[in-house]
Amino acid sequence: MHLTQGQFSYLPDLTDAEIKKQIEYALKQDWAIGIEFTDDPHPHNTYWSMWGTPMFDLKDPAGIMMEVKACRAAQGDKYIKILAFDSHKGFETQRMSFIVNRPKHEPGFELVRSEGAGRKVGYALRSYATAKPAGARQG
Amino acid sequence: MTALAAIAEERVDLDALYAETSIGETFDQLDRELVGLTPVKTRIREIAALLLVERARRSLGLEAEPPALHMSFTGNPGTGKTTVARRMAEILHRLGYVRRNHVVSVTRDDLVGQYIGHTAPKTKDVLKKAMGGVLFIDEAYYLYRPENERDYGQEAIEILLQVMEDNRDDLVVILAGYKDRMDTFFESNPGMASRIAHHVDFPDYAADELFRIAELMVATMNYRFDAEATAAMKDYILRRMEQPRFANARSIRNALDRARLRQANRLFAERGRLLDRAALQTITAADIRASRVFAP
Repeated sequence: MHLTQGQFSYLPDLTDAEIKKQIEYALKQDWAIGIEFTDDPHPHNTYWSMWGTPMFDLKDPAGIMMEVKACRAAQGDKYIKILAFDSHKGFETQRMSFIVNRPKHEPGFELVRSEGAGRKVGYALRSYATAKPAGARQG
Repeated sequence: MTALAAIAEERVDLDALYAETSIGETFDQLDRELVGLTPVKTRIREIAALLLVERARRSLGLEAEPPALHMSFTGNPGTGKTTVARRMAEILHRLGYVRRNHVVSVTRDDLVGQYIGHTAPKTKDVLKKAMGGVLFIDEAYYLYRPENERDYGQEAIEILLQVMEDNRDDLVVILAGYKDRMDTFFESNPGMASRIAHHVDFPDYAADELFRIAELMVATMNYRFDAEATAAMKDYILRRMEQPRFANARSIRNALDRARLRQANRLFAERGRLLDRAALQTITAADIRASRVFAP
């Protein structure tokens, strides 16, 4: 199942050249770029692991692409995203976020129904990926 | 004929390309603002010609690996290494070799960490910031400390070498330092020496060049020498060159700063009269001759 989270997620995966252009846009806006990865793609999992610290004061996407490649080499079978943080007053928040790497096999999600008192049905979304313990999930 | 029209018929007009990059403007500025330094300027022109021809070749589909342009600037203090490095970014940017006109200027402290595991992220951080432009490492020989084999400088050099090789089209590295110490540095780091294609030596200035530099500095600071001060300055330069710790243009700048100080004191001591523009601008012989180099 193709995970759709963040920008461009309904498009085919961005090529490196396209990723570079998006980063270039973010740098032009004076935003700081961070790289994060996870093997728990649940939409409510906001705590992805950071790949190094966010990168401030960069002028050119080449340095970020270097880190993206290093992250892919180390965490290639996980989801990796790039995010851009706007530190300007009034925003001080994340302005961009898009996926730049996916595991070979994306297990997708299960809709879990739990029947409660009075035949009330509760619904939950569970990622198949998290069935196994962390570290043994993908690949 | 525009460059594009020429390309259409499989011919390239180097003149048009030259005009398009407006590199001539930068050269004129270089000639105006940098006195002397003929070998350096020659080398810069050669590099510019290489890049221009490379562009012409590319426009006809004659692809080749981009030439490596890492450089080392060696020379005595005050010979203009830093100034030229800053210009280099502009020149390479105009010729389309680097994507951005920016220089990140660092020394050992910015690259080398304090404890195990600190150096790599620090060096990488600097490299990432410099990507797309020029990384200028001043006094690069401090990176290597032979007297301490556990020095972290070696780690910084290794990362630097790797990026110089892998990210050739993203980054130009310029190392600068005094000639003899840079030579020792390259001797003990052959990998570094072999990855640097351009070793540019900055010669010391001659006395008349130093005087022209003084004139340029005075003009940019909106001062001027009167006739006697001109003679005094020439005299000063000759005497200062004989003395220890002479640092070429830097010594001249310092001398002028002290002359300004004395001029200000002289004007302040004579207060009670109104000063005109000329008085505020003029440095007299007395302001220069009060220097310690004239002491018997």
